[in-house]
Amino acid sequence: MNDMKLQLKIWRQRSAEEKGHFETYSVQASEHMSFLEMLDVLNEQLIGKKEEPVVFEHDCREGICGACSMVINGQPHGPNGGTTTCQLHMRSFKSGDTITIEPFRAVGFPVIKDLAVDRSAFDRIIQSGGYISVNTGQAPDGNSIPIEKGEASKAFDAAACIGCGACVAACPNGSAMLFTSAKVSHLGLLPQGQVEHEARVQNMVAQMDKEGFGMCSNTGACEAECPKDISIENIARLNRNYMASMFSSDK
Amino acid sequence: MSSINLDSKTPQGELAEKWTQYKGSMNLVAPNNKRRIDVIVVGTGLAGASAAATLGELGYNVKVFTFHDSPRRAHSIAAQGGINAAKNYQNDGDSVWRLFYDTIKGGDYRSREANVHRLAEASRDIIDQCVAQGVPFAREYGGLLANRSFGGVQVSRTFYARGQTGQQLLIGAYQALARQANTGKCTIYNRHEMLDVVKIDGKARGIIARNLLTGEIERHSAHCVVLATGGYGNVFYLSTNAMGSNVSAGWRAVRKGALMANPCFTQIHPTCIPVSGDYQSKLTLMSESLRNDGRVWVPKSKEDAEAIRKGTKKGNDIAEEDRDYYLERRYPAFGNLVPRDVASRAAKVACDEGNGVAPTGLAVFLDFASAIERYGKAEAFSQGNANPSAGQIRTLGEKVVEQKYGNLFEMYEKITGENPYKNPMKIYPAVHYTMGGLWVDYNLETNVPGLFALGEANFSDHGANRLGASALMQGLADGYFVIPYTIGQFLSKEIRTPQIANDSPEFMKAEQEVKERLDKVMNIKGNQSVESFHRRLGKIMWEYCGMSRNAEGLKKGQKMIQELRKEFYSDVFVPGNKDEFNPELEKALRVADFLELGEVMMVDALDRNESCGGHFREEYVTEDGEAKRNDADYTYVSAWEWTDNDEIKLHKEELKFENVELKTRSYK
Repeated sequence: MNDMKLQLKIWRQRSAEEKGHFETYSVQASEHMSFLEMLDVLNEQLIGKKEEPVVFEHDCREGICGACSMVINGQPHGPNGGTTTCQLHMRSFKSGDTITIEPFRAVGFPVIKDLAVDRSAFDRIIQSGGYISVNTGQAPDGNSIPIEKGEASKAFDAAACIGCGACVAACPNGSAMLFTSAKVSHLGLLPQGQVEHEARVQNMVAQMDKEGFGMCSNTGACEAECPKDISIENIARLNRNYMASMFSSDK
Repeated sequence: MSSINLDSKTPQGELAEKWTQYKGSMNLVAPNNKRRIDVIVVGTGLAGASAAATLGELGYNVKVFTFHDSPRRAHSIAAQGGINAAKNYQNDGDSVWRLFYDTIKGGDYRSREANVHRLAEASRDIIDQCVAQGVPFAREYGGLLANRSFGGVQVSRTFYARGQTGQQLLIGAYQALARQANTGKCTIYNRHEMLDVVKIDGKARGIIARNLLTGEIERHSAHCVVLATGGYGNVFYLSTNAMGSNVSAGWRAVRKGALMANPCFTQIHPTCIPVSGDYQSKLTLMSESLRNDGRVWVPKSKEDAEAIRKGTKKGNDIAEEDRDYYLERRYPAFGNLVPRDVASRAAKVACDEGNGVAPTGLAVFLDFASAIERYGKAEAFSQGNANPSAGQIRTLGEKVVEQKYGNLFEMYEKITGENPYKNPMKIYPAVHYTMGGLWVDYNLETNVPGLFALGEANFSDHGANRLGASALMQGLADGYFVIPYTIGQFLSKEIRTPQIANDSPEFMKAEQEVKERLDKVMNIKGNQSVESFHRRLGKIMWEYCGMSRNAEGLKKGQKMIQELRKEFYSDVFVPGNKDEFNPELEKALRVADFLELGEVMMVDALDRNESCGGHFREEYVTEDGEAKRNDADYTYVSAWEWTDNDEIKLHKEELKFENVELKTRSYK
């Protein structure tokens, strides 16, 4: 059953302060396993030898929570398009392959341990303005705000972001523009989001810069690696919105 | 501890007026006092995030805890299909009463009338709130909200956001929480796991939490504690729950005197991707919404089924007349949209009879061919093509199906490597949701004063079986529209209580106990991994407390769990140390709690000598194989106490039905 023989080159790093290095492991897997299940097999092996298992983040294992990360053979979330690491299956690899596994690398995402990184900067970007200010109980009837189907769908496409950070990891500048622009677009494309739109754009961009994320130079790597196929049109929209808000906002 | 009074505190009055009147007569906490009151919320899923945000908006000081790296990762994010609301936007006869009635009936008459009615009332406000937050629900061409149908009902009242409704609703609640974090009213403690609840003079006054990055044990105090920590389906090891979902917060509350209600009521969801191998770590749900259009079948003959299992035939090779669309045959009134418990049992029967279709024999087909044809014809017609070719119909039909369920089909293909547009999906039931949970009264307060439980973590609204698209509804109803009011019933008596100190003897003792518990598991230094114990526990649970149960098996299962627990405490190996980021240690503590909960589930299932909802006892079956309820003896909530000397003790809350008549549940 476990007829695939693989070499894994995995980044091991005890903590943010200590230096990391690659370790090589052999593991046998089946093509039906998910990539994370293959790592489970490795970890069971290590625990069996009373060694420390490889720390990696994961939770839902169905591509929606955004917890899984890691760079596989140079690509965030591995070789397949529109796929999170947890949705990647071993049938995408061949027996005999050597697979290199590293954490997301970016100034904004310091390594915590092995393959786990700190992505809390994303929370702070949302906290700076990624919401519509409506207290519970203040809302009018849901159907009192008709929204054109196409517009709602565009907003949804942006809202599909799972906050995994692959865009940052893919970007040569470590920029968080795709993440930030997806939220600005989600809310800015909807009528409910208009009231605070300009302030939101300004505040979220300011927070993004403060977190140490790099500038966008339109390489498009973020879009290519995004497991939810979030489009860089959102970045163009954010840039337009930002410029407009500079002129019209009194902030 | 010996006598516990299970007063549901259900308000007097007419069912439809209870909540309104109660809200109008409740004690209030004035804004200037709210500022001086601290509330701890544990969990940031739909219930926790919505509660924390709303309590922050009201002016309380809220401390929010999640073991995730961000509140947005809570497992509510994975809910697919939708959220129910009695809006009657479809003009198809829906009403608050009907949603109430469907939920009571769907739960097989094992939930509290007043709670369920309140839920149905709040459902409408939830949709309004979420739309205002920017949740991108599906819409019609005219720009108004769209609906679809879910199991166990005959109206269309489910609102949805493609197959990612949970994600979009959670992002709405997460953003509301982020807004309160920005104002300073909510302080968020990411990567913190609650390891105990602290009681002072009988009241819940705080928690002990472990900072998962540093391993530091922290004492956090507040005037009251709200648990919104989700369900415990992972006691079965394999479930649709996320890997981290666990019972520990709730279970620690039980160990401090709270009661676990109806723990054996587990929802086994009929449409999941089947188990394929021993390495498997979790199961993936295929949304119930697929049963709007997918038809469930197995081959009529065992020979055809055998050929499919061997791979010599495919589903498409079986002629129409050789297929058994068993749900449509057995339940003509609801067809493929029977409730989950009924659909799951029917799938098990089909496979037990030898007609299953995966190599393991444990799968049935979910087939979209007729939907693709129906939609394709309609689409061709609306494009002015009255005589489309079969190829055109297929292409157009597949496009419609893709619009409706695209992300689910994609998910299926990624996992199985098979294209569900061309071949029928293979599905099988899997553990999905737990109706049981902490016992709470009408205020959502446990029997420990000041300790509240919301969402899947409580037992309150779904009885013995939850209807599809009702979990999101309950989580958000509890968080946005119930707890912000009912918490005042407790806190209005606490306005003179100063800030709770976190260095009182009670806190120090609880901290010490947690440290000892950590040392205990770290120091066993045995030879077996935590994971291996969890898998073994899961197998016992599935075998003896799964889709069907019997007295003999439950007794055996209980004994096996006791033995496994003993083995765990003598031979588990936890690598690393406790003062660092150590996911294996986190898992060890969770599995230790599952090993106690599992036993209580067996005892509960053994006590309940009837079949109802998700609880199917082989001894209690009607002549045509349906669940046989026993209303005379079991119309009660089983609330279990884990006593100080480790005994499992039953307390009962009788259920009174004043508005609906208890009937045999029929979907035929």
